[in-house]
Amino acid sequence: MEFDPLLLSRIQFAFVVSFHIIFPAFTIGLAAFIAVLEGLWFRTGNPVYLQLSKMWIKVFAVSFGMGVVSGIVMSFQFGTNWSELSYASANFLGPVLSYEVVTAFFLEATFLGVLLFGRDKVPQGMHLFAAIMVAVGTFISSFWILSANSWMQTPAGIEIINGRVEVVSWLEAIFNPSFPYRFAHMVLAAFLTTGFFVIAVSAWYLLINKSREYAKVMFSMTLWLVTIMAPLQLFVGDLHGLDTLEHQPAKVAAMEGNWETQSRVPLLLFAIPDQEAEMNHFEVGIPGLASLILKHDLDGVVPGLKEWAPEDRPHVATVFWSFRVMVGIGMLMILVAALSLLLRYRGTLFVNRGFLRLCTCMMPLPFIAVLAGWITTEMGRQPWVLYEIMRTEDAVTPSLTGGVALTSLIVFVVVYALIFIAGGYYISRILKAGPEQETTPEDDAVTRHMRRPARPMSAADG
Amino acid sequence: MEGQLIDLTLIWALIIAFGVFMYVLMDGFDLGVGILFPFAPNEEARDIMMNTVAPVWDGNETWLVLGGAGLLGAFPLVYSIVLPAVYLPILIMLAGLIFRGVAFEFRFKAKDSKWLWDVSFTVGSVVATFAQGLVLGSFIQGFDVDGTRFVGGAFDWATPFAIMTGFGLMAGYALIGGCWIIMKTEGEVRDWAYRVAPVLLILVLLFISLVSLWTPLMREAIAERWFSTPNLYYFLPVPVVTGLITLLMIKALRDRTDYLPFLCSLGLFLLCYSGLAISLWPNVIQPDISLWDAAASPGSQLFLLLGVLFIIPLILMYTAWTYWVFRGKVTRDSVGYH
Repeated sequence: MEFDPLLLSRIQFAFVVSFHIIFPAFTIGLAAFIAVLEGLWFRTGNPVYLQLSKMWIKVFAVSFGMGVVSGIVMSFQFGTNWSELSYASANFLGPVLSYEVVTAFFLEATFLGVLLFGRDKVPQGMHLFAAIMVAVGTFISSFWILSANSWMQTPAGIEIINGRVEVVSWLEAIFNPSFPYRFAHMVLAAFLTTGFFVIAVSAWYLLINKSREYAKVMFSMTLWLVTIMAPLQLFVGDLHGLDTLEHQPAKVAAMEGNWETQSRVPLLLFAIPDQEAEMNHFEVGIPGLASLILKHDLDGVVPGLKEWAPEDRPHVATVFWSFRVMVGIGMLMILVAALSLLLRYRGTLFVNRGFLRLCTCMMPLPFIAVLAGWITTEMGRQPWVLYEIMRTEDAVTPSLTGGVALTSLIVFVVVYALIFIAGGYYISRILKAGPEQETTPEDDAVTRHMRRPARPMSAADG
Repeated sequence: MEGQLIDLTLIWALIIAFGVFMYVLMDGFDLGVGILFPFAPNEEARDIMMNTVAPVWDGNETWLVLGGAGLLGAFPLVYSIVLPAVYLPILIMLAGLIFRGVAFEFRFKAKDSKWLWDVSFTVGSVVATFAQGLVLGSFIQGFDVDGTRFVGGAFDWATPFAIMTGFGLMAGYALIGGCWIIMKTEGEVRDWAYRVAPVLLILVLLFISLVSLWTPLMREAIAERWFSTPNLYYFLPVPVVTGLITLLMIKALRDRTDYLPFLCSLGLFLLCYSGLAISLWPNVIQPDISLWDAAASPGSQLFLLLGVLFIIPLILMYTAWTYWVFRGKVTRDSVGYH
């Protein structure tokens, strides 16, 4: 039986990168949340902030650990599976990824040690500084990696000489046309993901009447955050879409399921795109709305998929549906934000059980939205790996055989499944223990195994 | 790059060599701790051993990521030839690093399943180290290249020499891991480490001799370089200094000093490393691709260099600071895992 190394490499890359993005999407916001909690503890001396921070630092440590180990895989996978892409694009991607390592990874990894283990070893201000450095590190990291990804979507500042990229303007290449939008969109997405995760946990505490004082503090804080950011994300997402229409119109055509170049393009709520027949089945749409959104004009002409040869089109159904999943969840987030304002006004934010249940159910949705968004943009870029420069099929390692690629795919699926289950289990246990149980002896494995007294700070919660 | 004022490629070769060396030293001792894990006298000793590396392992491993990314940035040809050639060892290494990396967090969160993460930490460390040794061995042996592509098979790396370097690296990491434990602990754990260190030293010396005999036999060009005059006189200090450091280390272990064994083990690694560099120079892919053939374009090298020259000293400063924060002996009563 013959296996296709190209297809297997694509599946492997998609699997590994999807698994990986879950953790940065979560830890970028969480690092900032922890830094804020540490800052509040530093300024107010209110032990509630300290206990909350301690609990979320534990969650952070577990998820950051999984993010690190799955990230190391990424830095080698470009070479092992996509050596042609690596060689062709190294003059830009190499320096940019290296800058990510030296400006972000070292900062995060080194100060994480102090954040996790240094509370009693350094002055409180220094510990706060470490928390801030970890948070700053996650931002710098997203800056570089999104620059690299955006450049692959909308290459700029380069020439192609003998099939290889030569950078002529670093500024144009790093700040390529889609970068500012993608960066803002992703950072907001990360904040929303963490925000809704914290909201869900607090809502659950409030529902089961656990650690109420702690739960109220973080519930209110993070609801304010998403109330600002969820509508902002809609605005940024719209700008990102307009930018994509300018630079990658085929992707937008696929997102809208729009085959013909036409005016008054409908916004499709439902459709089953048919790649072969070049049409949609069972269309349900709002007339003219897509034109209005994309061109800010009902009569605006939007290019359709038939502008491109069949082999130059992305897989329409995938892009169409993943886009709808992302937008749908985004709308739900705005709804939750609006409801929270209403309940705040009525003074029933912490007791409305229906709302608390809704908030608890929201937990996995932002993660799904992030994945769906990345599927939209990455599948929408196909068949190109470097947009209109290099096709994905030309990027794969020539010496790679199907059997070897299948082996590595199976290994990664098995390994990731194992650590994901274990990590999820330990995170759920930290959350079940809650902020008040933070230092009780029976829950503290270290105390049990190392027979050491409770840490001095635990005096704070009596 | 004739005609240029500064040879960027040479500078980059030094930076990458420095990065890889930092990785070998720093992740070397924490991988070594993992290799020695099952031999520790008891579970409490394992807790202490793990706590000696818990605050720093993540930073240590970042040097590996720098090695990967830096290679892509400065010597893309090496990246795009070597990684496909050692696809399977890299896969094994990554799987090992994943299992040992998550073990740090999971082990102290687990209750009944703690043994599972002991196993995960040990097996992950052993497998990752062995795989790195395989990569090292096949790197010395060279790859089947046509133009800018690797054209060999998926199992070209599986040679007796590479398997030997795999075991050699395990002995080496275990040695610096053991000396690290001597330096960072006291009491029963340290006593145990004093007992295993001499055994590991003998093993390491055995492997050093084996590599030194095997390499010139395997590759004529290297034999030529080593044994022709006047090179012979230039290289002679390497084995002599190795012998001196070994003697110093034996004395340090006998006197039960804290820091000296660790420093000596680092010295041995530095000598092996420089010996390797001398032998392979100036080829970065054996047998005949030189550093200059593999280099990125000068503009890219320069762009990255400007930042790196400024940032790496900064990284070294704050790394040193964290080691200073976590200085001193780790005991069962010190603030350990959160």
